[in-house]
Amino acid sequence: MKYLANVTTLRYSSDKCAGCGRCVEVCPQGVFVMQDKRAMVTDKDLCMECGACAKNCDFGALSVDAGVGCAAAIITGLLTGSEPSCGCGDSSPGCC
Amino acid sequence: MQTLQTLKFVKKELPPFALGTISTLAGTIYKVSSDWSRADFWGMVKSRSGAFRMNYTVAPGLYAVGDPTALCDVFATANYKLSFDILRRELKGMNAWVLVLDTKSINVWCAAGKGTFGTEELIKRVSATGLDKVVSHRRLILPQLGAVGVSASAVLKATGFRVSFGPVQARDIPAYVAAGYKKTSEMAVIKFPMKDRMILTPMEINPAMKKFPWFVGAVLLLFGLQPSGILFRDALYGGLPFLLLGFLAIFSGAFLTPVLLPFVPFRSFALKGLIMGILSMLAAMPLLGPVVRTEILLFAAAWLFFPAMTSYIALQFTGSTTFTGMTGVKKELKIGLPLYITAAALSLVLLVVHKIREWGLV
Repeated sequence: MKYLANVTTLRYSSDKCAGCGRCVEVCPQGVFVMQDKRAMVTDKDLCMECGACAKNCDFGALSVDAGVGCAAAIITGLLTGSEPSCGCGDSSPGCC
Repeated sequence: MQTLQTLKFVKKELPPFALGTISTLAGTIYKVSSDWSRADFWGMVKSRSGAFRMNYTVAPGLYAVGDPTALCDVFATANYKLSFDILRRELKGMNAWVLVLDTKSINVWCAAGKGTFGTEELIKRVSATGLDKVVSHRRLILPQLGAVGVSASAVLKATGFRVSFGPVQARDIPAYVAAGYKKTSEMAVIKFPMKDRMILTPMEINPAMKKFPWFVGAVLLLFGLQPSGILFRDALYGGLPFLLLGFLAIFSGAFLTPVLLPFVPFRSFALKGLIMGILSMLAAMPLLGPVVRTEILLFAAAWLFFPAMTSYIALQFTGSTTFTGMTGVKKELKIGLPLYITAAALSLVLLVVHKIREWGLV
């Protein structure tokens, strides 16, 4: 299943890639494959902006505006003027 | 201090999942069973249905599965009891260490998104448990979905432990270990089959049903309100079809849309919900009796409001999916929210006009 096309904020600069393969290891959507000792993006629209790749890329080749793709969290964020985040762990029951 | 803690530890009753205790160079720890008791099973059912999801917990720290030695693998998990239970179940027959992080009783993925299953907590927990004394190697195996919160290189720098992100699902751990700590691309991708989607629907239905009494109250008041007071007969006669439609909107938005997700056209959840809302309106029309069908204002109000309500509820499921991103949901809300508000406001105006005509004021 894929979500909306052409919305992801994922940016990949292959010239910075050192070929460690961490992104392939951490991406839960199979966005990356290794090809010729470098990571390659298969289909950007698969990206769910979780941020695992950017967090674990030691070479600064990846960036993404990571956040929760959760309507309730985003509405709460809009109302309170804060960054969207799940209610998890707070007093209110959250989305996950 | 150490003796005092050990004393307390011995005095305390064993948790139900523990088989006993074992001594390590860093102190006494629980040896846990890989089998689930009936209480573990009911705990899962209750937490899945949202009953006490927020405090289903296990104490952070180090645990043993089987009879691990200093050479055995260390698997990290969250202190949401269900995460811990699934891991110990899947490690059945293995000798391993389980490092439970303090994620405030939240599962790995959500906690990683929040940062509680994160670099800082992992570093802290490694040192608090004295893991470097318990094992002689310097390897940690984390659930892959924890990678959102954990920077492997920062953990290596701070603790000397090298993090490997294992499979997404704990059930793939034996195969992953057997393959020499290599995962297939299958093991690295999160799937979202119908069964998983169905398991998540109670968490969509329950919050919506909690608001339902307000909806019932508003509908009955609106239909029952007469110049002579509130008439119960009118409230039921006019209101029941609307209550039925409201219930149907919740059912189609919070249950049918998630379950049938890939089969409903469009990628947008708002559009998926709209389609399901329109379909369920069509299905319900013959059951609604003459009131809604003959009163054009009520008819229009219902068609404006309920498909929009279904769409809004379906959009909420983005919080439970494995594949929706923040930018996409923001885009849907930016277009959707003004439309939902307009639809709700217009249908309210139509209902008020209907009441005014009913009272013979115009």
